[in-house]
Amino acid sequence: MAVLDKSAPATPVEGLAGQKLPPWALPALVGAVVAVAALLWATTGFAGRAGFLVFAVTLYLIAQSVVSFTVEGRRQSVDRLFTTLMYVAFLLAALPLVVITWYTVKEGVGVLSSDFLFSSMFRINPEGPGGGIYHAIVGTLIQSLLATLLAAPIGILAAIYLVEYGGGRPFARAVSLFVDVMTGVPSIVAGLFIYAFWILALGFQRSGLAGSLALFILMLPIVIRSSEEMLKLVPMDLREASYALGVPKWRTILSVVLPTALAGIVTGVMLGVARIAGETAPLLLLVGTNQRIEFNPFSGTEDPTPQASLPTYIFEQFGIAVGNTEAPAFQRAWGAALVLIIIIGLLSLIARLVARLVRVRG
Amino acid sequence: MAKSIDVSGVDIFYGSFKAVEDVSMTIEPRSVTAFIGPSGCGKSTVLRTLNRMHEVIPGARVEGKVLLDGEDIYGSQVDPVNVRRTIGMVFQKPNPFPTMSIYDNVVAGLKLAGRTRKAQTDEVVERSLRGANLWEEVKDRLAKPGSSLSGGQQQRLCIARAIAVSPQVLLMDEPCSALDPISTLAIEDLISELKERYTIVIVTHNMQQAARVSDRTGFFNLNGVGQPGRLIEMDDTQKIFSNPSNKRTEDYITGRFG
Amino acid sequence: MSEQPTLGGATTPSVDRPQASNISGASVRPGDRVFRSAALTAGAIVLVVMAAIAVFLVYRAVPALRDNTANFLTFQQWFPDNDPSTFGIGALLYFTVLTSVLAMIIALPVAVGIALFITYYAPRRASQTLGYFVDLLAAVPSIVYGLWGFAFLAPRMTGLVQFMDKYFGWIPLFDYRPTNVPNNLSPFTASVILAIMILPIISSISREVFRQVPREQVEAALALGATRWEMIRTAVLPFGRAGVTSAAILGLGRALGETLAVTLVLSTAYEVSLHITENGGVTFASNIALKYGEAGEVGTGALIASGLCLFVITLAVNFTANLVIRRQRSA
Repeated sequence: MAVLDKSAPATPVEGLAGQKLPPWALPALVGAVVAVAALLWATTGFAGRAGFLVFAVTLYLIAQSVVSFTVEGRRQSVDRLFTTLMYVAFLLAALPLVVITWYTVKEGVGVLSSDFLFSSMFRINPEGPGGGIYHAIVGTLIQSLLATLLAAPIGILAAIYLVEYGGGRPFARAVSLFVDVMTGVPSIVAGLFIYAFWILALGFQRSGLAGSLALFILMLPIVIRSSEEMLKLVPMDLREASYALGVPKWRTILSVVLPTALAGIVTGVMLGVARIAGETAPLLLLVGTNQRIEFNPFSGTEDPTPQASLPTYIFEQFGIAVGNTEAPAFQRAWGAALVLIIIIGLLSLIARLVARLVRVRG
Repeated sequence: MAKSIDVSGVDIFYGSFKAVEDVSMTIEPRSVTAFIGPSGCGKSTVLRTLNRMHEVIPGARVEGKVLLDGEDIYGSQVDPVNVRRTIGMVFQKPNPFPTMSIYDNVVAGLKLAGRTRKAQTDEVVERSLRGANLWEEVKDRLAKPGSSLSGGQQQRLCIARAIAVSPQVLLMDEPCSALDPISTLAIEDLISELKERYTIVIVTHNMQQAARVSDRTGFFNLNGVGQPGRLIEMDDTQKIFSNPSNKRTEDYITGRFG
Repeated sequence: MSEQPTLGGATTPSVDRPQASNISGASVRPGDRVFRSAALTAGAIVLVVMAAIAVFLVYRAVPALRDNTANFLTFQQWFPDNDPSTFGIGALLYFTVLTSVLAMIIALPVAVGIALFITYYAPRRASQTLGYFVDLLAAVPSIVYGLWGFAFLAPRMTGLVQFMDKYFGWIPLFDYRPTNVPNNLSPFTASVILAIMILPIISSISREVFRQVPREQVEAALALGATRWEMIRTAVLPFGRAGVTSAAILGLGRALGETLAVTLVLSTAYEVSLHITENGGVTFASNIALKYGEAGEVGTGALIASGLCLFVITLAVNFTANLVIRRQRSA
């Protein structure tokens, strides 16, 4: 070990206790920075809340780096800088979510009333106040339900194929790849496809059903992916235990694998519904709007009119308001947006609850 | 350059679960100390508290004192980063950074400290790889990824990486358990060479290995499932393996349990 | 053992079990065959739908493309129902790519920051809730983003736009030329909205990738005396590079096809312009949403042709993203 013996340590050994900022230092720094920024905003031409935030955060990052560098050294100050940046990144994402929610509630809550929820726009002057979204809620619920009735069984079956039968075969790999690719199909392209296929080629009229078909295309890959994940979680031992009892494969899947994964699959389907319930673009092309309550999703343009839906209703009211955010139509658009967000929020909340309840038991 | 470690009254927790209870020991500089005991007895846990790696696991905490040449590594002003620079660690599974070359793996620790000149790092790489008995095997392919080596070579690369930052103490957590007998022998030879310069603590489930490489041996055990692990006995390796003072140590050594 | 075991012991037939052939014959019983075909059909539907989208869009686009007298790829105006019919995707392509790439550039660092924050900085117990919180951004419908962008965000961007014009106006991108106060129905505002919309997808994929970083790698870095950031730089980021790349590409794909948020925020204009803070611009999707109502026969075909382009672009983008992540997985 001659080499080791003559060599000197590469870095001088320092004590274990490095210089460390006291715990009150950073809160004090925050206070100082806010005070400086507030002073500047009060005495100079700087203005605006957003500008204040940006200025204060930047100033804080600089101040923290300088203080930490002089007291703790380069590595600690870089570490602190990135720690703060991570927090800032998270706040940057939380900010729009909070602001969008707050603004939608603020703008939408004014028109919310039982009248708004339970009446349609039939015989209402679109430029004046009044009217409601009952017809749009009905349409959204029915169209989403139809899409789910199509996407859930097909999606679950396809997931069963991928997990239980596919086994890495080329065809299964192709299906799996295209499920991923299908997730990225823009909703307006799905709408155009159903338009070209269902309406132009097959000659059907625009209807709630046509919209549901496009929603089905958007929902299918979501359901397949989430169901696939859940089926993969079912332990192999369960299947083998069932096979060992002489139960055929299809009965094993139906009576052992599916029930085990059911809660997860239901959660996935509901999250899929939440994702499509707010889709607008395909419905604009395929359904259109209507001022009246229409329960029949098969009802086309001429007998008498297709269904409304919340997203198309919002778009329609936005158009009527022609950019005037004070117009009654704009208020109705916000009201409908609030209701739509609540419906979607409830759906995802229930989905998470289902997932959680079952996780505790299993 | 090597330092001693004094552990007194250490309790180690995972959340509310007490994994190890009341461990006290002295680890001599420039010697090899082995921890043996049945699985789950807390020997690896104790090892990880010696360089504050235990607290990396969420919810884990340590009570008691661990002194490195008299300085408490759990002191309030102590930065765990400094502790880990001073006390290096080699893990059970060889874990070279897969995206880095052999060369970059060795200097990874130095790079973190900054200020690395090429001439200086070249020297450190050669010295560390020679120290880990790996230089002759890899000197022509230092730019190849570290993951291209065999398991035994990877483990020696990890040892080279650990000694490149010139630590005072080297902790080894079952360093041979994932290796074949020939690689194991190479590592054991290396350990006896390294102890001339470093304080070495090694956890092993292989009693022959402990007997071969270590100067002192600590035997850990637990009273039952769910009970905390304890240090039963610690003494010169020769004495532990020939004439242990505790009955349970003797039972374990002679293979009556564990 | 790539084959699924068909029965408990049937995978290892032995001489002393004469019934082995009978047992393995059980996998073709009628119930199994029917169920297997049903599952296979469902899987095939995915391929059929994807093929049908391509076929029907091409089929409906070709006649309109034949009538077109302008260069479809470079022409910037959209008059398919005029005589002679002239339309092209020059402006659509430009603004679609511009807004989406900008959105990705804005979103990527923030999304990676969020992912790192949730996996390595936030308290363990809170991390799942925080992840769910960020995912909520994906639950907000596109049209609500559009309303919010138009009514809330655009009016509040004026200060920023004027600031950029004043200090960075020498860069054409940020140069605001009109004399009126900007009302920000511009590609820039659209990009900001798109960035917010693709944050959750980029950050949730990155989060998954970061979570898969082997524990040994993290501990190796920490044991060398790395600070938390140094550990992330040595162990986490190199491991996650492919995953984050594909997350960014997927985010880009989402932004390319986004319709209503962009439609409501852009004040439509078909001239290609470098000045992103000035009003104007139109994307594939917003053009379809705006023109479908008034489109005649050629107009509809023209919109379908533009939709086909969008489909091909998003397809290419998504394929790329999936190849990147699949290659990483197999490596």
